[in-house]
Amino acid sequence: MQFTRKHLLGLEELSSDEIRMILDTALPFKEISERQIKKVPVLRGKTIVNLFFEASTRTRTSFEFAEKRLSADTVNVNVSTSSVSKGETLVDMARNLEAMKIDMVVIRHAASGAPAFLAERIDSNVINAGDGWHEHPTQGLLDMLTMRDHYGKLEGLKVVIVGDVIHSRVARSNIWGLKKMGAEVGVCGPPTLVPASLKELGVKIYPRIEDALSEVDVVNVLRIQLERMQSNMFPSLGEYNRLYGISTSKLEAAGRDVLILHPGPMNRGVEIDSDVADGEHQVILKQVTNGVAVRMAALFLLAGGKQAGAAEAALINGE
Amino acid sequence: MSGQNNLNEKQVLDSRMVERSLRRIAHQIVERNQGTDGLLVVGIQTRGVNLAERLVSMISDIEKTEVATGKLDITLYRDDLRHNPVQPTVRSTDLPADVTGRKVVLVDDVFFTGRTIRAALDALVDFGRPSSIMLAVLIDRGHQELPIRADFIGSSISTRKDEDVIVRVSEVDGDDGVWIKALG
Repeated sequence: MQFTRKHLLGLEELSSDEIRMILDTALPFKEISERQIKKVPVLRGKTIVNLFFEASTRTRTSFEFAEKRLSADTVNVNVSTSSVSKGETLVDMARNLEAMKIDMVVIRHAASGAPAFLAERIDSNVINAGDGWHEHPTQGLLDMLTMRDHYGKLEGLKVVIVGDVIHSRVARSNIWGLKKMGAEVGVCGPPTLVPASLKELGVKIYPRIEDALSEVDVVNVLRIQLERMQSNMFPSLGEYNRLYGISTSKLEAAGRDVLILHPGPMNRGVEIDSDVADGEHQVILKQVTNGVAVRMAALFLLAGGKQAGAAEAALINGE
Repeated sequence: MSGQNNLNEKQVLDSRMVERSLRRIAHQIVERNQGTDGLLVVGIQTRGVNLAERLVSMISDIEKTEVATGKLDITLYRDDLRHNPVQPTVRSTDLPADVTGRKVVLVDDVFFTGRTIRAALDALVDFGRPSSIMLAVLIDRGHQELPIRADFIGSSISTRKDEDVIVRVSEVDGDDGVWIKALG
């Protein structure tokens, strides 16, 4: 099967074959990070711009490692020091960068749809590193890879996503990706953050975390943003922790071996207790390792996809 | 010989002939290296890996000792990725963390232009500094494009550039043998 996509904007539009291909390709790339010389020449000479309009250390450094390990040249553009503060539009900025001959753009933006908007207007590959509340496809992919590594499969796996689901692009990518791969997805959290309308996405709503824990194989714990408390989405961090926080006692009561994921950074003592965060059920650091591998796989496939797509187009046009 | 698997294919080696070639190569490797000290037999994905496993088993029989083995995927080191519209599949590489000082024997099924071996050398050199690198191939089909050659050759077959040489191994394809297929 060929990967012919030029952009990675979300998991909603990917087929299960495409998702499987990225996950399978991530495996040999994991090994590269174990070598003494953590580099392969495959994207040598390619220029990749990391265009981050929102602060992010972990996602950006993960992409940077992935890009450098593929021998690409990377340039980081951070919004605070960029021309956006001088009023430049997103498209103007990207076109200016393109005039310096770049190949790929990894973009994180506060507006949902910004990566798609850009993809329609520039020539480079565009990779969504998180847009508004919409999607964070590489996070969804690395989460799925981590679950698949542990359980050997995704089909039939029961997963619950806990926390601020309505505002979470991580949750959405998880939901789209997991459902495509045949997993059963549920969500759990305060009704203000997990409204009944989420059922339209085809997920089961668990009002109580205890019920979820007694049924599922995987818990993906989302970070609680303190701003949500300020906008009265729930009364206090303490109450959130008591009702929805993942604690040893809740896990013991569930009586199941549940795999625990967290996209990071963690608020210890809020959505997840410290002893759970460091305990035997969590695979949080494995997620980080898988993140670099999945991003390497995505960059490799997209670079080839652009070429494959161009070659196909040339054939159709009779060149 | 079983003849043809499909209309365009002509069998040139059967499983007995493949076995004899491999056995001879195994002896040659041992002779050239004066034993198995420091030997690391590395199969190039994909069928080079199966052939390497067989060679290692034969060498172990001959010398009554374990022989180190590994596998190498060269996809990411290919020189044609920019020019090739078809995306090759990346497979696994499994080598010791450091190959410095080892006597590496690369194993591949068919030696054609030499570009696969060029890629393999680039990959290997990233893992350390072997004391020597040699190459064993089941088939040398001519049409070398780089100044690279094999040390141990099963059979040399002359082929045309518009022909394909197909090596099948029982572990993967159910049967052992080598076929020439006319393309186009």
